[in-house]
Order: sequence, then C-alpha cells, then structure tokens
Amino acid sequence: MDHFQEKKIPIIKIGSYLIVSIQVDMHDKLALQLQSQILEEIEKTGAKGVLIDISVLEMVDSFIGRMLSGMASMASIMDAAVVIVGMQPAVAITLVELGLEMPGVDTALNMERGMELLERRMASINDD
Amino acid sequence: MQAFEYDSDWTELGVYPVKTENDIVRVRQMARQYAKNFRMGIVEQTRITTAVSELLRNMYQYANGGEVTINQGYVEEHNALIFTFEDQGPGIENLDLAMSDGYTSGGGMGYGLPGAKRLVDSFEIRTETNTGTLIRLMKWK
Repeated sequence: MDHFQEKKIPIIKIGSYLIVSIQVDMHDKLALQLQSQILEEIEKTGAKGVLIDISVLEMVDSFIGRMLSGMASMASIMDAAVVIVGMQPAVAITLVELGLEMPGVDTALNMERGMELLERRMASINDD
Repeated sequence: MQAFEYDSDWTELGVYPVKTENDIVRVRQMARQYAKNFRMGIVEQTRITTAVSELLRNMYQYANGGEVTINQGYVEEHNALIFTFEDQGPGIENLDLAMSDGYTSGGGMGYGLPGAKRLVDSFEIRTETNTGTLIRLMKWK
C-alpha cells in the first residue's frame, strides 16, 4: 500500500484555512484517504475553512461527488466550512445530468472568490 | 442471457479487463482519449467518461470485476463510440428498481445506472441472476 502513500495529495495551511488542490484523477481509495486526511488536518490545526480546488478534475462521478459532499458535512460538524472551487463547466453540466445533488456544499468560481466566501462567513460569525 | 452482437463493420479499439480500482481510472481515461480522438466536444467527452466510470465501479463493486470492449462503428446511420461491459457477477435482481433514481443496494448514491443512461445516446442492459450483467453504451458523434 506504499503506492498510495506516494500519491498522497498535499494539504497546505494558510492562516486559518486549509488549501487542497486535487491534481490527479483519483481512484476511490485515494478519494477516501483524502477525505480522512483533511478531517485529521482540521482537528490538528483548528482550521475554520477548507478550499478544495478541483479545476484540474476532468470528471466528477457519483463516488467523488459523494466524497466531496460527505466531507463538507463532516467538516461542518467539526466547525469548518468547505468550499469547492474551480469546477469545470463540463463537469458541472454532467453532475446535474447525472442527478447528483451536493447538499450543503458551497462552491466558488475560483480560489480567490472561495477565499472571499470564507472571509465573509468568518466575519458574519464574529459579528453574532 | 444472450450476448450482445458485434457488427462485422465495427472497429475494435480495445478490450480492457477491470480487476482493480486502478483499472477504473485507467479505462475511464481511455474512454476520454477515444472520445477526444473522435473529436467529441469537451462536454460530450465528460459525459461519456462519467457514464463509463459509473459502470466500471458497479462492475468492480458488485461483480468482482469484468471486461470492457470499446468499438467504433455505424449504428442507425450514426458514427458511434460503443462500450460493452461484461461481467460474471450476481446479476441484478430487480432491474426496474435498479434503473430508478435514488435506489442503491451498495451504499452509493444510487445514481449509477439511471444517471449513466441519461449521459449517453443509447443504453442497453441484459442481466441474469447468478450469471452476470451485460451493458452496452453508445455515444453518437
């Protein structure tokens, strides 16, 4: 299983956010590994937000979609918000046609907008 | 269960065994490559790749793997990319149920079959309990 370790997807922490850029076509185990890896990192760092860049992903099937929405709900229980950024138009079209809904998943056009979304969310929480 | 026929005019592009999760990734990438070579647009490429990925996963999860044959040929005057999935798994007990949205028996979201069907131009399925499942997808150019 060392093979999977080598291909681990890096998670970068900047301020109170985690940034993940998925650069490979993930097989299912790698997708599940990434899910738990991100949750562990949230616990370790106390991150308040996670930005997941999928702009390189050429396809999101029901398994990867389920992994992403599952991760958003799990992260939310751990008090962290997940924003999926950079979904390709063709991927968005296919996801809808496939019938896949991703409840509770926030999306943004690109990393910058995703960051703004998280900032606004932080600000509104602090105001309360 | 009657096997699908292959028209003698079709060109076989490849036969791929599906045994591991890496095969799922490899074969769906092949599917995209063929769609690209076929000069399909990016949305069409993504549709066929996603449909193929759904069916490959079913094959891997429920039938312990199988085999995919990719052909190019003319079907009803369409230049078509044809994917034939064959497994010797347990078969699908209630096909109507499996083809309906929201149904799952394996912890997935249950969109595999009906979702894949929506993404292609032709979808045929034959299944027999304890014998296996045959699925054929076609995408017109």
